[in-house]
Amino acid sequence: MDFALPVPPYRLSGVVYATLLNDPAQVRDLGDRAYEAPYKEPPVAPVLGLKPRNTIVSNDAAIVVPPGVEHLAMGPSLGIVIGRPACRVAAAEARDVIAGFVVVNDISIPVPSHYRPAVRFRARDGFCPISSDFATWDALPGPPDSLRVAVQIDGHLVHAGSTSGRTRGVCKLLADVTEFMTLQPGDVLLLGGPAAAPVAGPGSHVRIEIEGVGALQNRYVAAEATA
Amino acid sequence: MKTARVAYSGAIHAAQPTDDGRLRLPDGRVVEEHAVVWLPPVDAGTIVALGLNYADHVKELSRELVVAPNDEPLVFLKGPGTLLGHRGATRRPAGLAFMHYECELAVVIGRTARHVKRSNAMEHVAGYAVCNDYAFRDYLENWYRPNLRVKNRDGATVLGPWLVDAADVPRPHALGLRTYVNGQLTQQGNTADMIHDIPALIAYLSAFMTLSAGDVILTGTPEGVVNVNVGDEVATEIDGIGRLVNTIVGDEAFGRARQPDA
Repeated sequence: MDFALPVPPYRLSGVVYATLLNDPAQVRDLGDRAYEAPYKEPPVAPVLGLKPRNTIVSNDAAIVVPPGVEHLAMGPSLGIVIGRPACRVAAAEARDVIAGFVVVNDISIPVPSHYRPAVRFRARDGFCPISSDFATWDALPGPPDSLRVAVQIDGHLVHAGSTSGRTRGVCKLLADVTEFMTLQPGDVLLLGGPAAAPVAGPGSHVRIEIEGVGALQNRYVAAEATA
Repeated sequence: MKTARVAYSGAIHAAQPTDDGRLRLPDGRVVEEHAVVWLPPVDAGTIVALGLNYADHVKELSRELVVAPNDEPLVFLKGPGTLLGHRGATRRPAGLAFMHYECELAVVIGRTARHVKRSNAMEHVAGYAVCNDYAFRDYLENWYRPNLRVKNRDGATVLGPWLVDAADVPRPHALGLRTYVNGQLTQQGNTADMIHDIPALIAYLSAFMTLSAGDVILTGTPEGVVNVNVGDEVATEIDGIGRLVNTIVGDEAFGRARQPDA
């Protein structure tokens, strides 16, 4: 794993926290189900998951689609790279603890339920590719909550979205997460993917571009090809 | 062999117990166990935790819940910031109604495990430690439950004191677990009562994720979880593995203003 950064802390720690259901449409699309068992009410605190070290791969890595799985859900996300220890950070001061941004794909087997942590669906080997492209906040063309996101599969544009309109934007998310857990330099916190994210199957080539940050591309292969 | 990781006199050392209850450092020094800062005994990689893995604890949480060995294990992941060593202090947020300990056998992986069969799963175990994996139940939400605000707080997964080599634990599924709050026995169980035993967990996990040396599996807790308060000393112990002590402290110790009572 070689994830060098051009600024302190100069490399990623390998710790990646994913934010889930941060696009309000993802909860809205559940309709009344969000108020029924097992959920009972929409989420209050940020919904988080971990992408463990076996999931982390680099740009250009081949990602294995598990046997019996037709397609994987793409989770094109802005990755917030932490630059300084971040504990109880106020939203207004969040910029000071951010080293910069990367492009991350929070890949999952489409999850049938949001009730349990779904580790088997979300933490498989290679399910968290991270770009080598990196941009500091100052280098962005605008605020990190207003960047265009484009996903191309086999050269066709299949998703044109933005980092905007999240339940929690970059600064509010950092404030709410660091209220109860400290993030360390080199850790990555994902803003979270959009509701209308595409899927990809074996043979696909996926390219995710976030305006001003860079691009992440990976190909998807059937399990047999690497066995 | 039992090995601790401690900070002493300006450096971090591996340490072994002496017969008279002190610690021997690799450089020859022998020091009192209260003279060191105890760190988690392994540089942990991925931390996988099990929920609802003892039948009696399942019953304790809900009369309707029934979990059987052929059900899929309930697993969740934890980050490195939640780890804490022996004799550390864990913060109990003011105004909380229910924070409880969980005494668990921690299994430390010793070599890469991918698509491992149950029959040779135990070859991948380096050793064992005691874990006290606190839960802060007020924060429970039903989305990706147990959510991180309940189970991934800073310094709320206590690990240690020792890493005990697997070779010294011939029967890991016959160990008594006990928790004492201020010396009073509050939790008791036996690793024989795990719903999914260690080889089953290694086989299950390694079927979809590669486990590496240093990864840790926290195998769940039996019944008997009670609320703990600021000032309490919580000791979790497992036969042959160790006795792990932790103290509950308030917000003030972490520079947080006292919240008005809700």
